[in-house]
This record gives sequence, C-alpha cells and structure tokens, in this order.
Amino acid sequence: MGVSRIEARFADLERKDLAAFVPYVVAGDPDPETSWRILEALPGAGADLIELGLPFSDPMADGPSVQHGAARALAAGADTAGVLALARRFRDVDAATPIILMGYYNPVLSFGLDAFAGAAAAAGIDGLIMVDVPPEEADPLADALETHNLALIRLATPTTDEARMAIVARRVRGFVYFVSVTGVTGSKEADADAIAAQVRRVREVSRLPVAVGFGVRTSERAAEVARIADATVVGSALVDEISTALALNRDPAAKVLDRAAAMAQAVHSARARG
Amino acid sequence: MPLVLALEQAYTEAKADTAFQAELGGYLATYVGRPSPLYFASRLSKRHGARIWLKREELNHTGSHKINNCMGQILLARRMGKTRIIAETGAGQHGVAAATACTLFGLACVVYMGAVDIERQAPNVQRMRLLGAEVRPVESGSATLKDAMNEALRDWVANVSDTYYLIGSAAGPHPYPMMVRDFQTVIGREARVQILEAEGRLPDALVACVGGGSNAIGLFHPFLADETVRLYGVEASGEGMESGRHAAALNGGRPGVLHGAHSYLLQDLDGQVLEAHSISAGLDYPGIGPEHAFLRDAGRARYLTATDEEAVDAFALCTRLEGILPALESAHALAKLDEVAAETGRDGVIVLGLSGRGDKDLTAIAPRLEGR
Repeated sequence: MGVSRIEARFADLERKDLAAFVPYVVAGDPDPETSWRILEALPGAGADLIELGLPFSDPMADGPSVQHGAARALAAGADTAGVLALARRFRDVDAATPIILMGYYNPVLSFGLDAFAGAAAAAGIDGLIMVDVPPEEADPLADALETHNLALIRLATPTTDEARMAIVARRVRGFVYFVSVTGVTGSKEADADAIAAQVRRVREVSRLPVAVGFGVRTSERAAEVARIADATVVGSALVDEISTALALNRDPAAKVLDRAAAMAQAVHSARARG
Repeated sequence: MPLVLALEQAYTEAKADTAFQAELGGYLATYVGRPSPLYFASRLSKRHGARIWLKREELNHTGSHKINNCMGQILLARRMGKTRIIAETGAGQHGVAAATACTLFGLACVVYMGAVDIERQAPNVQRMRLLGAEVRPVESGSATLKDAMNEALRDWVANVSDTYYLIGSAAGPHPYPMMVRDFQTVIGREARVQILEAEGRLPDALVACVGGGSNAIGLFHPFLADETVRLYGVEASGEGMESGRHAAALNGGRPGVLHGAHSYLLQDLDGQVLEAHSISAGLDYPGIGPEHAFLRDAGRARYLTATDEEAVDAFALCTRLEGILPALESAHALAKLDEVAAETGRDGVIVLGLSGRGDKDLTAIAPRLEGR
C-alpha cells in the first residue's frame, strides 16, 4: 500500500473536513508488550495516522522526553527486526491506518537501504522520516523507498528559507512535516499565528498535506494547529505519559491512550467549533 | 541544514580573505605562541632506534593543539556576528581552548561535557570555570564525548540566531571536518619546513594519535602528496580490541553515520552506536573524521592501535627520558614508536605529533603508575 494508504487517509479526512490526529510513540517503549497494547489501541483512541519511532542510541533531534523513551525501548531489547515485527502485527489487525516510521539514518543504513525498504513495505509500513538525512544526501534512500512504493517524508523548519523550501519538498510524498519550533522535539510551544504563516510557505511549494509537530503539547494547541494544517503530530506529551505512569506504578498504556483520546477529540472537533 | 550551509559560505569567504588569514596568523604568533618547536628527542631516539622528532603542540597556550582551531573558528564566529559560543569537550582540552578564545573576545561560552569526563578531568573543568565558561554536565547515553556532542547540537538548533557551535574535532557535519583540518594544518606546514631545515630531507614517517583525528589530519595533510612519507595514526584500543572495550573506529568499526558524518563508526549489528572506551577522554569517541576513513581505504595512511596500558607505559617513558609530560592522548602515538621505528630503520626520520601536555591526566594515571 505505502504511499496510497497515506493518500487515501488524507483524502478521506478532507472529505469530512477533519484534520488528522497523528500520535508519535517509540516502538518498544517501555517494553514490547506494552508498546503493542498502545499501538493496537491508538486507532480506537482517534489516531488517523501513526508515527512510530525507531529507537536510536543518539537521538540528537529529540528532547529529553523522546530520549528517555528511546533509551527505555533499547534497554528493553528493541531492535530493528522487533520494530518491523511490531508494525506487521499491527497491519494484521488494521489495514487502513498508515504507519510512518520516524528515526535516524544509521540503523537503516546498517540494515541496507533496499533491504530495509523492502522489509518495511512487507511489514505494512507506509512512509519513512529520517531526521538526519538532508535532501542533498537523500537520493539513495529516496530511490530505495520509491522502489518499494514507500513515502519519503521530510521536515521543514522555521529556518528553511524560500529557496530551500523547494529543495526540501523535492521527492517528498505523502505529506510534508513542518517543525513548528526552532529546536528539538518537546520544546515549548510556538505561536499559532507564526505557525499559520509558516504553513502557508510550505503550501506555496507543495500541494501535499502539511503536518505540524514538535512543540504541540496541549489539547488547545493541537486544536489550533488542526485549524491551520492538515495534521497535528503529538509526540513528547504522549511519551511523557509513559514516564509518569512508570514513576507512579500505573499502566503506561492506559495513560497514553487517555491522553491520545483527549488530544484526538480536540483535533477532530477543532474545525467545527473554529 | 540552513545553519551548516550558512557556515560553509561564511568559512569559504573567510578562507579567501587575506585580512582574515593575517588576523589569525597574528593571534597564532603572539597569543598561541606559534610556531611550535620541532624537538629532536635524542633519548627516545636511542631507545626506539630511529631519529625521532617531536612536534611540540603541548607548548601552545592552553597546552594542546586545540587552540589552533579555536582561534580560527572564534574569528569566524565574530565575522558572522555571533555572540554566544557553544562547544563539546571530552578531555577538556578543547573546552579550555574554546573558553580561552571566548574570554579573549568577551563572548559567552557554554561547554557541554559528559558527566563521566567531568569526573576524570577535574583540573580542566576548573580551568574552564575560572575562564568564565559555563560547563554543562551531560548525563545522557554514555555521558562522554559523543553525548556532549548530541547535547551541543540540540542547543545549536534551538539557538540558531545568536549561537556559534565550535566543534573541536575533525568530526560532525560538513564543513566542520574540512574547516577543522584547515585550521590544524598549521601543524604539518610548520613541521614540513622545520624538518627540511633540520634533516635536509622529508621524514620517513609521521605518527599521531587519532580520536576524532584533528591533530593527526593537521600533521598529515601537508605531506599527503609526498609519497615517501608514511603516515601512521594510532587509535585507542582501551582494554584491548578483543575485550570490545576500545575506541578504535577504523580498526574495530564499520561505515556508518553519526553527527552528520559518514565514516567508520563503532556500532552493534543493528546500527546502534556503541560506547567507546579509553583511559584517555580525548580519544573516547565512537566515530572518526571522514578524511581518515578515506586515507585508510585509499591505503595512504595506516592506523595502528595502542591499549590503555601501552599508553600509560609510554607516558612514563617520555616523562622519564625527555622530561616532557605528554597528554594521555599523545601517549598513544608514543606507544607505537617501536613499531614505526622497526619499519623506518635506525636512520629513519620520524615526526611525532605531541598534541598536548599531560598535567591534566595525573589523577587518572597516578594509581596505575604506583609501584613502578
């Protein structure tokens, strides 16, 4: 399915005039079974697409929340094969919700670009975000993904100027991911007016849906973003729920899903109220 | 990316600007104390059986070659209008050099340093704080150099407008490996002139330690076209290659991507980066500058390894024979002099990059030297 599953989902949401709610969780966080219970239940909690983090030892674009999530997953034995198996298990019970794998280049490079793209496609993954691969270096990866009909999704940021925006949009499929803050994941929230202006800049160079993430922590902000962009990505706020639940000896899955449901509700009702 | 593209452009312009080069040359001469001497180490020569010359980078202001690069980059940062400098450091040599350069120009300085390194390099932490730098401990990951670099990168992307990231090694995203190399080639350019004057010919071999590889590439680069000059880099093999606890990216790693550079990397089968291990905090990096990977694959340079124990032995030997306390990093290069001398022969001329001084390492090695 790959790219077409993402396109179908956005087309469906557009017909309903809904923004997509896109939760991000780290695969294998805090352990394989809890991670599965979270993933399996996310569509029921309102997830339209799911961003699945491929844990990496050196997540330099991530703030403390996601760093902790990745460290927990790795400590609990997460590896690339396990992440692919988790996606496969999800695809067996849900054929419609796109899964976007988000991570860093080295584990993918180590697996082999074409082998990885093939394995990811076979596991029912639809797209890939590689945080540390700039467009200048992305052709081998883009070729491999294209062969297996997977979407390459790139990040645009507030520091991406006009000339560069076109470079960023090149070879991108599925959607463009706009990073709403200048900084790492989980940073403090950006101003809604500023985000609106930035999203307009992305739309000038790409007709793809625009997702906004990094620094969306509250339901209020998620709703504001839903009125501006085509998708709202929420990551650190969900990963924090796992940290909190573990500290309080509560069920992390229940906490994450409660929070996801509340954010999904805010995103899905934003336009009707706005 | 826009950050590093802007940096590349600013650096390209500065490099071609004679006023910039003249200003840098002035500071190197009067503040850093260049040229650094090339010293004939007669007792080490006798011991190892070759004509051994030490390129005395440890005599630079702040005690290592790191200041060469810091002076260059700080002038570039000023040119770019940046007011806040961030840096990562392992042994603290680069941190001290960066803090010093910032003090000289009244710039705010934040140094990221792994919590483990802060413990084993206490004197340098004190020096940085005395110089007015803020030393931020990094607890994530292995709490060493690579984690300090992660944290510095996170700071940089969040503070793009006023902040300059002063990387200390030939690692990180382009243009850093090239720029750091350029600023460090002063070592090799001087050494080339000095050895021609002293010996009337080119050396048979150059030897230098490699972590990220900045002092080695600085020494090697001006000799690359001289095919008769053999190049030896020495990686830290820690507790031994077979123990798995080492920092030898070229000898024990495979190609990978870390911190925006494609080079050899210590990693597991899944592509997760492994912790590097070395008694020397300055060599404790799981990657290596990409140009060293190129030189190795092209067969132009050879990369040997020295264990913690060999480095400590070489530290003691150099101290006792020459009255020079080498940094533990540089001691890795000294540890391979027997091996290199065996290849060059008794009349062979060897230039060794003595990249830093060892005062900072006394606490770390005191327990190991007891009873010797």
